[in-house]
Amino acid sequence: MAVFRDVMPAFDLLQPDTAAEAQQLLAQNGADAWVMAGGLDSFDWLKDRIKKPRALVDLSGVDELRGIRVSAAGVEIGAMTTLTEIANHPEIRRNYSLLSDAVSLVASPQIRNQGTLGGNVSQDVRCWYYRGGWPCYRAGGNICYADTPVGRNREHAIFGANRCVAVHPSDSVPALIALDARFVVQTAKGEREVDAEDYFVGPEIDITRINILQPGDLLTAIRIPNAWAGARFYFEKVRDRNVWDFPLMNVASAVKLTGGNIDQIRLAVNAVSPRPMRLKAVEDAVRGKPANTDTGRMAGNMAVEGAVPLQFNAYKIPLMRNLVKRAIVGQQEAA
Amino acid sequence: MNFLQWARSPWGQSVPIHIAWSLIWIAVIAGFCFMVVHALYLIVVKPPKRFAERKAEAAVAAVPERVPRHTLTARLFHWIMAASMIALLITAFLPRVGIQFNWVVYHWIAGLVLTASILFHVVHSTFFLDFWSIWPDKTDLIDARNRTLRFFGKDAPLPSKFAKYPLENKLYHAAVMVAGLAVIVTGLFMMKRVQTGIFVRNPYLFSDMTWGWMYVLHGLAGVGFIALTIMHIYMGVRPEKLPITKSMIFGWMSRDFYLEEHDTGRWAPKGAKSDSGKGLAASDGD
Repeated sequence: MAVFRDVMPAFDLLQPDTAAEAQQLLAQNGADAWVMAGGLDSFDWLKDRIKKPRALVDLSGVDELRGIRVSAAGVEIGAMTTLTEIANHPEIRRNYSLLSDAVSLVASPQIRNQGTLGGNVSQDVRCWYYRGGWPCYRAGGNICYADTPVGRNREHAIFGANRCVAVHPSDSVPALIALDARFVVQTAKGEREVDAEDYFVGPEIDITRINILQPGDLLTAIRIPNAWAGARFYFEKVRDRNVWDFPLMNVASAVKLTGGNIDQIRLAVNAVSPRPMRLKAVEDAVRGKPANTDTGRMAGNMAVEGAVPLQFNAYKIPLMRNLVKRAIVGQQEAA
Repeated sequence: MNFLQWARSPWGQSVPIHIAWSLIWIAVIAGFCFMVVHALYLIVVKPPKRFAERKAEAAVAAVPERVPRHTLTARLFHWIMAASMIALLITAFLPRVGIQFNWVVYHWIAGLVLTASILFHVVHSTFFLDFWSIWPDKTDLIDARNRTLRFFGKDAPLPSKFAKYPLENKLYHAAVMVAGLAVIVTGLFMMKRVQTGIFVRNPYLFSDMTWGWMYVLHGLAGVGFIALTIMHIYMGVRPEKLPITKSMIFGWMSRDFYLEEHDTGRWAPKGAKSDSGKGLAASDGD
């Protein structure tokens, strides 16, 4: 098989100035269109000639999709806002530091300067069989090459496998879930707002998509309510290379304490399942309990119930158990 | 137009991966075309229902008011199989036309129900019913030839009244059997590719090429069932066929309908004797 890895396939480059125009172009081109935000995921696909869109809609000129707007209700972050801008924004660092902590750990400074929040939450899975252009389930084929006795699946799922075992690779998503963020999607029928965890689609529902965006849809902004502003936050990312890597696993929690007891909590984990996981059962179990090591241990054990490791990723079970424990009690207490 | 989708395997081999999903709509259109053409034929041509005299007039008096046609066991099998088939079609094809839901688990469970019901049917019909009643016999073929000749205005003898099943019914059964065998055999192997908790996964049981053709065969038989199901439901609700449909619910058909359509010599009601001397016990099943 001839493989071209230097020249992108030809496509129509469409560069809208407004979100409405962008959405219109996407609707016109339907499934043949490719949305490009920062381009970091897009150029991999295009230069490897795995994806061959007929039209590429470049959002870099759409200024209304950029920026962080602070209001009494919370903050609204445009989908084209870069990760560096978010990491350095004073209001986010002051009241929503969970998100600034999370995006600060994405890849490298150069990538954070170019990468956008919309792109980070909407990026595709990192499974190398899929990205290598092999005809796996997610690519429309009829096999998962990673879920075989000899498949290289060290980074893959321990939950939610349904034919495909790739995991969602975003660092910002668990923080957004913990902050109870809502994603704003512009469709041909108008604006639609969904809870952060409902933005993602598992393979049991649609194995070829990773989020709810249909052809013609555009993620325009992410709104974070002020309900969790100033709560006690915890974010931790575990990766092979601390200088620059995708997560082997990450965890995010937002906790409100009353007299040392957990009054309210939101807890999310990523890179363990094809879609980011909010641990609702764990949240319910620890509510009203002291935020101490015992509660954290109980939460960790509960979090990994039902985990099914593949050939090479059983390490993810104790890793998740410990990350959840730390997210409940804080790293210092757990150490 | 491509009827199959092909992909390049990791070893550089071009392999089929499944049917083109546009075949779903072709099957739907084929099913509805059958309905329209058949309905127009009956409305426009108005073919007369003419049969030769039955072979066993003497047995008419013995025909009861309610002629038993399907046993309770046979009816239960039919409706369980129908429910599983509808579930299989819904779980297989609705996600392909944009209605997304968690379909895989329901699909293989419905597939196992279908497999179990078909296995039961094979044993039941072979050892407890009149096995040959659903297969075309010599009279069916001669009658088919005569009906065709008469349709084209040729001189040919009148066809006989039906045995338990008309030839069309028997041919439909044969088509369903072939398609059913294809989806069941391929479906059982395909369960080795997904996590079911029943089989140990082994996606390398066959080569990519063999798996590909298996998926294609499964898909072709599946879309075939779309057309077959549309035809079956259409025939089941046609006014002149309602007595047969009712018999699949209540188990019997009226004496009048029986005498109008069926030949006591080819299918005798319970309690009567056919010309061949066979009691009805051998032919009152499915």
